[in-house]
Amino acid sequence: MTRIALSRVFKRYPGGHEALADITLNIEAGELVFITGHSGAGKSTLLKLIAAIERPTAGSVIVNGQNVGTLRPGGIPFLRRNFGLVFQDHKLLFDRNAFENVMLPLDIAGYDRREGARRARAALDKVGLLHKEKAPPITLSGGEQQRLCIARAIVHRPAILLADEPTGNLDAEYAAGIGMLFRDFNQVGVTVVLATHDAQLAERLQPRRIEIRNGRLAS
Amino acid sequence: MKSWLFAHFRAFSGACSRLAASPLANLLNIAVIGAALALPLGLYVLLANLQGLARDHTPQPQISIFMNLDANADVVRNIDQRLRQQAGVAAFRFVPRATALSQLQARAGLGDIMAGLRDNPLPDAFIVKPKDHRVAALESLRAEFARWTGVAEVQVDSDWARRLEQLLALGRSGVLMLGAALALALIAITFNTIRLQILTQRDEIEVIRLIGATDAYVRRPFLYFGGLAGAAGGIAAWLMIGLALLLLDAQLRPLAESYGIPLQLSHLSPTDSAWALLFACGLGWCGAWLSVRRHLRLD
Repeated sequence: MTRIALSRVFKRYPGGHEALADITLNIEAGELVFITGHSGAGKSTLLKLIAAIERPTAGSVIVNGQNVGTLRPGGIPFLRRNFGLVFQDHKLLFDRNAFENVMLPLDIAGYDRREGARRARAALDKVGLLHKEKAPPITLSGGEQQRLCIARAIVHRPAILLADEPTGNLDAEYAAGIGMLFRDFNQVGVTVVLATHDAQLAERLQPRRIEIRNGRLAS
Repeated sequence: MKSWLFAHFRAFSGACSRLAASPLANLLNIAVIGAALALPLGLYVLLANLQGLARDHTPQPQISIFMNLDANADVVRNIDQRLRQQAGVAAFRFVPRATALSQLQARAGLGDIMAGLRDNPLPDAFIVKPKDHRVAALESLRAEFARWTGVAEVQVDSDWARRLEQLLALGRSGVLMLGAALALALIAITFNTIRLQILTQRDEIEVIRLIGATDAYVRRPFLYFGGLAGAAGGIAAWLMIGLALLLLDAQLRPLAESYGIPLQLSHLSPTDSAWALLFACGLGWCGAWLSVRRHLRLD
């Protein structure tokens, strides 16, 4: 089954900068895909198009059979609940503790509080942060914050995990641990799409690689 | 349904904790809302008290029917009979022209002037006490009496009551206009408060939208905050008016008693208070809604 299908996708920003040009690609359910390329090649833009954070200038982006480009605004939140999003800058909320951060997607989706708490602890346990559930994110190290972000991304058991440079600011050992986490999720059937230029990580996980050069697919 | 209720409860408690998070700023804010509401509401309360006072202490209005000078006893008897049959009349008495003259002469200083007159210039008259004291009823009685034969003129001494009523009506429209202007001010205050909150929480809003929050989910705590701030302002206004009434009462009572009027200023009735509170809450909610609508779209 095709999870994500891009067909002749262009993204041009106001001012004329063309971030992506003529991208056509399919990602199947359960695949582990690395999107690689130099800085500014358009990796992040591609992820943003898939997550409906940006809309394509031309072409179609289809996720789970839904055309993201023509989705009405009211439908976007529900599309996003199919994703787990991992950001390079974590985007944690610093006014609440680690546990509350992980609970957030479940609160938004209207989960029962007790069932939600059970799942949130399971997610924290998975990334090795259960002993820090009461800790404010600001007291966590960079690597721990990234793990917390991953826990928040997987707590609602999304079908697709999108990660933008998840190991960008981490040392090699920590990056390897996080790489293993992604592989684990992939092995239980989650489609994982990672934008990265971490060659070591690619070496270890042996994913399908999609390289982007100056906004175009490098075949 | 349960999760929907829970989501609302979360938004409500979130709004409460946000109110408690910066108590000084929010208290000042609530005081401003309270003052804006207290002005029109306080005037309304004073007006209602004045109206009650006017109603309780108006002397009964009278209608005076003056006959033609040449009206004979038959005509007078005819009028007497018609007054007896008239439904709107509570009581009446006849003042013959001779009696009227002697009453006038009895007044100090007028005796000499009256003595100089050759004829009695005063007509026969009837003094009528109507059953219904409202201006419209008095006017219709006056029109009715004026049509009767032998009647020269009908006077209603309700002019001052009408003037009072007009003054009160003027006061009421003044309160309405002031109320409308300050309701706008209240909406503007919450609009701005919520705008600042949205600005300070821009990052948080961005994150929860990225992980699938609907617009309703994002909007809800702000709307609750606006409604709560409005309601708190309403309570503040109620307390301010209560305090003002207490102070005024202490000063006004001796003054009123010196005129023989037992004065008791009363606050808004429970129903009116509930409406005022609901209205304040609604205005706050409205300001928040406008603000959220305006500022969440810009992201």
